[in-house]
Amino acid sequence: MRCEDLSKVVVIDPRDNVATAITKLNAGSIVTVRIGQSEKKVEVRQPIPFGHKLAIKRIEKGEHVIKYGEVIGRTTQAIEEGEHVHIHNVESMRGRGDIT
Amino acid sequence: MNENRTPAKFLGYGRPDGSVGIRNHVAIIPTVCCANEVAKKIADQVEGAVALPHECGCEATPQLEIPTRTLIGIGRNPNVAAVLLVSLGCETMDAEHIAKGVAGSKKTVELIVIQEVGGTIKAVEKGVRIAQAMVQDSSEMKREAYDLSNLIVATECGGSDLTSGIAANPAVGAAADMIVRAGGTVLLSETPEFIGAEHLLAKRAIDEKVARRIYEIVRWWEQRARDEGIRFHMLSRGNIEGGLTTIEEKSLGAIHKGGSSPIQGVVEYAEKLAGRGLCIMDTTGDDINSNTGMLAGGAQIIVFTTGRGSPVGTPIAPVIKVTGNPTTYEMMRDNMDINAGTILEGKETIEEVGARIFKEILEVASGKRTKSETLGHREFAIFRIRGHAY
Repeated sequence: MRCEDLSKVVVIDPRDNVATAITKLNAGSIVTVRIGQSEKKVEVRQPIPFGHKLAIKRIEKGEHVIKYGEVIGRTTQAIEEGEHVHIHNVESMRGRGDIT
Repeated sequence: MNENRTPAKFLGYGRPDGSVGIRNHVAIIPTVCCANEVAKKIADQVEGAVALPHECGCEATPQLEIPTRTLIGIGRNPNVAAVLLVSLGCETMDAEHIAKGVAGSKKTVELIVIQEVGGTIKAVEKGVRIAQAMVQDSSEMKREAYDLSNLIVATECGGSDLTSGIAANPAVGAAADMIVRAGGTVLLSETPEFIGAEHLLAKRAIDEKVARRIYEIVRWWEQRARDEGIRFHMLSRGNIEGGLTTIEEKSLGAIHKGGSSPIQGVVEYAEKLAGRGLCIMDTTGDDINSNTGMLAGGAQIIVFTTGRGSPVGTPIAPVIKVTGNPTTYEMMRDNMDINAGTILEGKETIEEVGARIFKEILEVASGKRTKSETLGHREFAIFRIRGHAY
C-alpha cells in the first residue's frame, strides 16, 4: 500500500457520502479525504477513472447517494467504502418512464 | 486609479431600438428550409453576410409559433445590423409577418421571394445586391462604450463531465455573479438539467410566482421524459464515461453556471427578455437549440462550459468555451478559450478563474474573436417540440 496525495479526491459538501477522483486512482491505494474540517483515510478498493466517484463510507442498498449535499440517486446494492460508485450500483430517481 | 471603482464597460454598436450589439452581422435568414441554399449562396458571395439555414418553416400552424418567434427574435438580435429574409413563397411560415416583426426594431429588413423573382439564379442575384448594400452601410457603424446594463450573457453547457460541475460551471457562475453585480443580465437555460436541483433554484426565486414557474417547467420536461419511455437515465454516453451517474447529479452541477443571484423571472424559449439580473429561459438541453433560443431572446454572447470538449458556435454571436478538464484543454486547445482545469490542479481558485472569464466576456464583447468564431463555427437549429435529445 502506498499513501496518496490529499488533492486526488474532492468531497464537495460535508454531508456527502461520495468523493470525486480528480486523478485516476489505483485499487489498493490509500487516499486522504477532507470532509469539511476533518480528514479520513479511505482505501480505494477498485480502480477509479478520472472524474468518477468512490464511496467514502458504506452505503446500504436503497440508500440515497449524496453529493453537493443533495440526493443524486439511490443505490441498487450495498456499496462498501472505497468502491466505485456509478451506474452499475446507483439509479436515478427522476425523469424515468419505468418508475413512478 | 482604483480599478474596482471604474464601472465595467464594453465597446458595442448602438442600435435604433436602444439595444447594443457586440457584432455587426448582416443576416440572411431563410423563412423556410426550402430557401436554405439560396440564402447560403447569397452569403457566400458577400463578405460580412452570414446565412442562417434551419429545418423549419412549413409546420402545421400550431407548431409554427416557436419558429416564428425564434426567427423574429434572431432578426432583432442586437448583433445583427440588417436582415435579408429569403422566402420560397408557398411555405406555411408567414414571411411578411417575420419581416414586420424584425422591422419593429427599426433596423433595415428586406424580403425576397424565390417563386416571385423567378428561381434560384434571379433570387441569388437580387439577394447579393441587397446584402452587399447592407454590409457596406453597416460597416460605417462605430463601436462606442456602454455599461453592462446593455449586456445579456447566456450560459450553456455541453458535453458535460465531472469537471463541469466542480470547476467550469462554478467558475462561470462566479463570472455570472460579477455580471449581475455590474448591472448586466445573465441567462440560465436547459430546463431538463434542472431536474433534481429545481428546489435550489426555486429557493432563489424573487417571489412565489417565479418559484412556482420553475417547478412547472421542470415538471413539463420530466413528464415528457416519462412519456417518451426514458429508462434508467437521461444522460449521454459521454456524460456517463465522464463519471456522471444520474440526471440529478448532472443538474446539481449544471445550475452552478448561472451563479448565485436571485432569479428574477422565467421566460419561454426565444421569448424577449425584460428586466435585468439572473433570468431563466425554458430551453432544451440540446445545446444548439438552446443557444438559438437565448439569442432570439436578445443575448449577445454565450459562455459555454464543456468537460468533454464541444466545438460549437453560432452564426451571430461569439461563444466563449470554458473547460474544467485539464486533459480536454490540452487535447482541444484549438477550440477552448478558457482553461478552468487549473482549479482541479490547485493552481487557481474558482473566483480567480471567474474573474478571468469576466474579463474575457468584456474583451469578446468589445470585439476580440473567440475560437468558435475564427474557426467559422455557425451551428444553428430551432427547437421543435418533437425529436430532440435532452
